[in-house]
Amino acid sequence: MARPAGAGDVSYRVVLGLLSLVALLILVTPVVVVLVTSFTDSRSLRFPPPALSLRWYRSLFDPVQSAQIHAAAWNSLVVAASSTAISVVLGTAAALAIARRRTWWSQALDGLFMSPLVLPTLAFGLAALMFFSTLGLPLSIPLMIVGHVAIVVPFILRTTIASLSQLDRGLLDTSASLGAGPFYTFRRVTLPIIRPGILAGAFIAFMASLDNVSVSLFLAGPETDVLPIRMWSMLESTLDVRTAAVSGVLIFTTALLVVVMDRVVGLTRRIS
Amino acid sequence: MDRALQQGDPPIAERPPREREGWLALPLALFFLFFFLAPLGLLAGISLRVTPQLEGLGLVQYAKFAGDAFNWSVLGQTLLLGVKTVAVTACIGVPLGLLFMDAPRRWQPILLFIIVLPLLTSVVVRTFAWIVILGREGLLNNLLTGLGLVAAPVRLLHTELGLVIALAQIEMPLMLLPLISVMSRLDPNLRDASAALGAGRWRTLFRVTLPLSLPGLVAGCLLVFASSVTAFVSQTIIGGGRMVLMPFYLWQQATTLFNWPFAATIGMVLLVSVLAVVTTLNALGRRSRALVHG
Repeated sequence: MARPAGAGDVSYRVVLGLLSLVALLILVTPVVVVLVTSFTDSRSLRFPPPALSLRWYRSLFDPVQSAQIHAAAWNSLVVAASSTAISVVLGTAAALAIARRRTWWSQALDGLFMSPLVLPTLAFGLAALMFFSTLGLPLSIPLMIVGHVAIVVPFILRTTIASLSQLDRGLLDTSASLGAGPFYTFRRVTLPIIRPGILAGAFIAFMASLDNVSVSLFLAGPETDVLPIRMWSMLESTLDVRTAAVSGVLIFTTALLVVVMDRVVGLTRRIS
Repeated sequence: MDRALQQGDPPIAERPPREREGWLALPLALFFLFFFLAPLGLLAGISLRVTPQLEGLGLVQYAKFAGDAFNWSVLGQTLLLGVKTVAVTACIGVPLGLLFMDAPRRWQPILLFIIVLPLLTSVVVRTFAWIVILGREGLLNNLLTGLGLVAAPVRLLHTELGLVIALAQIEMPLMLLPLISVMSRLDPNLRDASAALGAGRWRTLFRVTLPLSLPGLVAGCLLVFASSVTAFVSQTIIGGGRMVLMPFYLWQQATTLFNWPFAATIGMVLLVSVLAVVTTLNALGRRSRALVHG
């Protein structure tokens, strides 16, 4: 552009540059801070830490000291894996029915299935607790799984519908006209094309279940303790520094998972 | 296609799209009926009970909620927290979105990774980080006293300001992802045209780029609002006990006081107010889409 940069252009660059810098700092600092703090030698959450050590990781991996955390982590993994598996089956089937349909019932179902994303899920958590205890069911892992499915299924539905909308319908017609049955067509044509979408959704659903508080808060009991609730009570009562070590482990595992998923399905591209 | 016609099949073009697959939505629909709608219906039912022993029927709990100014202030503060978080995430999210659009292609994946970073760290991890940053001996206070900006550590933890800052980070991806997906579909020629016609960068931003990005911005605001008003962990740990907000209020009534009808009423009030805000924003979003597309 031949036009000289005026005062307006300079202020535009300065203001937007500063605001973006603030945004980037706010996004990155917490993760760095948690990682550094998890290696602290101190009992307090002073930052920067006075000295570095692995004591909190040692304490976290100690099977006696941290038995409760280990049990909660195991429960969390079981709940996340099962609710993701159920959501993949139910969600993919529903996505096949809803995608690209413009009827009143498909629109209504789409709205219903997506509503857990924008509704205060804490109210649903309370509702689930009331529902199960009215039915006389004691809190258990299967109930927790059921509660989580409703919360995480929208993620799978969203990514699967998005990849179905890119599916060329001509392929399905070709497959049918060549004599393939609907199931064969699904397995050999549709599924390979939408698999990355399903996997990306499954990953987000798994993380969302692992991280869920609003439903777990009400359905967690002594037998059904899960990681976020355990960590929340550790932080609420004593500011236990082991939470930093748990955070460190979670960050490393997630980072590893993200790299793997990104290689397999192009995750970061699909989330946006 | 000709062969199919000869065999007596209906022409493919006339067949409604994937007619046979409609029933596939049934399992999830039934699941939602039994495990989503039924519990919410029960919640509404219990909110109409008169005593904590679930006797009687009436609007007693709602009258109790409406009759106490404290409840209104809790509701007001909760919704206001959502509005403030939306305002902050929009103010720093839009510039970051613009930066993302202008960034060289090979930088974009890195920026995108930074943007989704909060989504990939557990909510408790994020909250924990902000305790370390905002605490008395935390990063921010050390920085402020070290630079001589304040004499004594300032109170940031357990304040609304601290909570809004923390929530801004926690909810930022929900604002940026819809925003970026709309912004990346904008025709870059429009900005060049605006500049060629003599508009400065500010004018182009407010008259061209922002109005066209409005659908993404509205979607982002909606998600951030809905998520920040129910952010139980951040609210209780960073907000602390001095600030009573709807989620904590609901949890306390349900699990420590065992007053189910009142807890259900708080839940219904929260549900309906969030739904009202979401529907309004959605309608605005549709208006803005109509504005953009025609």
